[in-house]
Amino acid sequence: MNKIFETPLYPYYQSVDQTASAPAHHSVVVIGAGPVGLGMAIDLAQHGIDVVVLDDNDKVSFGSRAICFAKRTLEIADRLGFGDKLVDKGVQWNLGKVFFDERKVYEFNLLAEDGHARPAFINLQQYYFEQYLVERVQEINSETPKIDIRGKNRVSAIKDHGAYSALTVTTPDGEYTIHADWVIACDGAGSPTRSMMGLDFVGRVFEDNFLIADVTMEADFPTERWFWFDPPFNRGQSALLHKQPDGVWRIDLQLGWDVDKDAEKQPDRVIPRLKAMLGDDVKFELEWVSIYTFQCRRMEKFRHGNVIFAGDSAHQVSPFGARGANSGLQDVDNLSWKLAHVIKGLAPDTLLDSYDGERIHGADENIMNSTRSTDFITPKSDISRVFRNAVLDLSEHHAFARPLVNSGRLSMPCNYVGHSLTGEDALTGGPARSQPGMPCPDAPLDKGYLLSKLGGGFILMTLNTDAPSPQEIEGIEIAQLDLSVTSETNKTLGERFLGTAERAVYLIRPDQHIVARWSEYDAARVQIAVATALGKTQ
Amino acid sequence: MSTLILTPNIPNGDDFYEKLLNAHEGLSKEQSDALNARLILVLSNHIGDMNILEQALDAAKTAGQAS
Repeated sequence: MNKIFETPLYPYYQSVDQTASAPAHHSVVVIGAGPVGLGMAIDLAQHGIDVVVLDDNDKVSFGSRAICFAKRTLEIADRLGFGDKLVDKGVQWNLGKVFFDERKVYEFNLLAEDGHARPAFINLQQYYFEQYLVERVQEINSETPKIDIRGKNRVSAIKDHGAYSALTVTTPDGEYTIHADWVIACDGAGSPTRSMMGLDFVGRVFEDNFLIADVTMEADFPTERWFWFDPPFNRGQSALLHKQPDGVWRIDLQLGWDVDKDAEKQPDRVIPRLKAMLGDDVKFELEWVSIYTFQCRRMEKFRHGNVIFAGDSAHQVSPFGARGANSGLQDVDNLSWKLAHVIKGLAPDTLLDSYDGERIHGADENIMNSTRSTDFITPKSDISRVFRNAVLDLSEHHAFARPLVNSGRLSMPCNYVGHSLTGEDALTGGPARSQPGMPCPDAPLDKGYLLSKLGGGFILMTLNTDAPSPQEIEGIEIAQLDLSVTSETNKTLGERFLGTAERAVYLIRPDQHIVARWSEYDAARVQIAVATALGKTQ
Repeated sequence: MSTLILTPNIPNGDDFYEKLLNAHEGLSKEQSDALNARLILVLSNHIGDMNILEQALDAAKTAGQAS
């Protein structure tokens, strides 16, 4: 067994709050030290906010769990300061193979678009992701202590006092109480915070069980993603083989609904299944076995006064398409700067309502995509299976059917086009992919890549034109990035941001989403856009 | 907006109908269902226009209902 599961990553210690005569008051308390909670703490700390993180455990989460981290997550990790570690350790793959029955029906190459600092995605065990987050927390704290992670601190009660929340925290040394202006609940799909507050979590349950087995093996399987529909070794069901770092392979086997979960998890059941799949002579060792069922559901609202839900506590999807941790990190990206601006008095409290608008939109998009994948992988009716098999049969012979094969769609960042914080599009000839509301596409520059130059605040990007710099608008420091595009230099940048225009001015939010764009700098219009992005106008 | 053709458009309808039935000759119900599904997918891709496809889905749905 991997040692990482046994070593406390943020061991329990007794904080001064536990012996204080009156409850200590904190600005922000994050509940849950998983990828979303720790990401939130780091992002807030980078905006200058002190954060207390409470977790009932003191170690990384058990098992590999989330293993696919999409490009947008890597870009967010870059902004949070630990992207290189993820990419250095992670496995990159391009080739996927699809099998149906006994035959390979086709293979595909991801052929990700050139000109991005980061790959389409990497495979990496969740525990490495969490470990790197904790290391980043330690790095931040070594400069100025901003993040206080308290292991074995379980929130056992939460009470809303209007202006603040009172949290009862249970520790190995007994209970204590703290007060918080803001509580961010990142405590997972089974969120105890959500239950304690009696909040809804509705959606669709899928009647299926999946066996996850992580195995280490000495086999020369290439670094590819293999997906089987209805294979001989798992009749009527599906299977997935995916590579992780350290010679670990993720195997997913669909089991169906009517199974004895405890029995199916035992090695005497699991090993014969894997032998049937991998062949008798392949030597492997079981690293982790788990059985999961899944649901697609979300809370009706993510914000409840000064308690805000993020990640799986707010929305849950099927694992197909890697939209769990990836969408949680987009929640972090969206919420952190808004909360920081509200806490600093730079934006009205209502800015946080746009987190609901934007991220509920994101959650619905993820639920739609993962539900579609699930319906393809596990057809729910006879006719649905007939069409699914027809698509697979055709895909072996005709290219047109291949895009219809759905074994999980790549998680793409969602956009906020038409949402309340999005400003005007006044760039004639500007490309659709960089219109206001879109996440800023990356592009290679003469030196480095665009996204790494955007910094952590609002920024005006000028292409072949100028703007005053730096300047203060609506109380906010607005940085400037001055770039030029000619027929010789920064051509890709031009394709992605100018289109047929000769020059452009872009206003970009701290989470790298585009607010508005113009063909030239206009102080009054830029001010309106900044106010819009801060939730100051309707 | 393009419009679905719902007037006779196949020059020799009887020939086509015979070919359609011949394609199913000797197939089990399961095999016939699979063939029909493949045929729908092939034709839909050829049309490729979501507008027309939606009109076709509507026309097919409505014709099957009791008037």
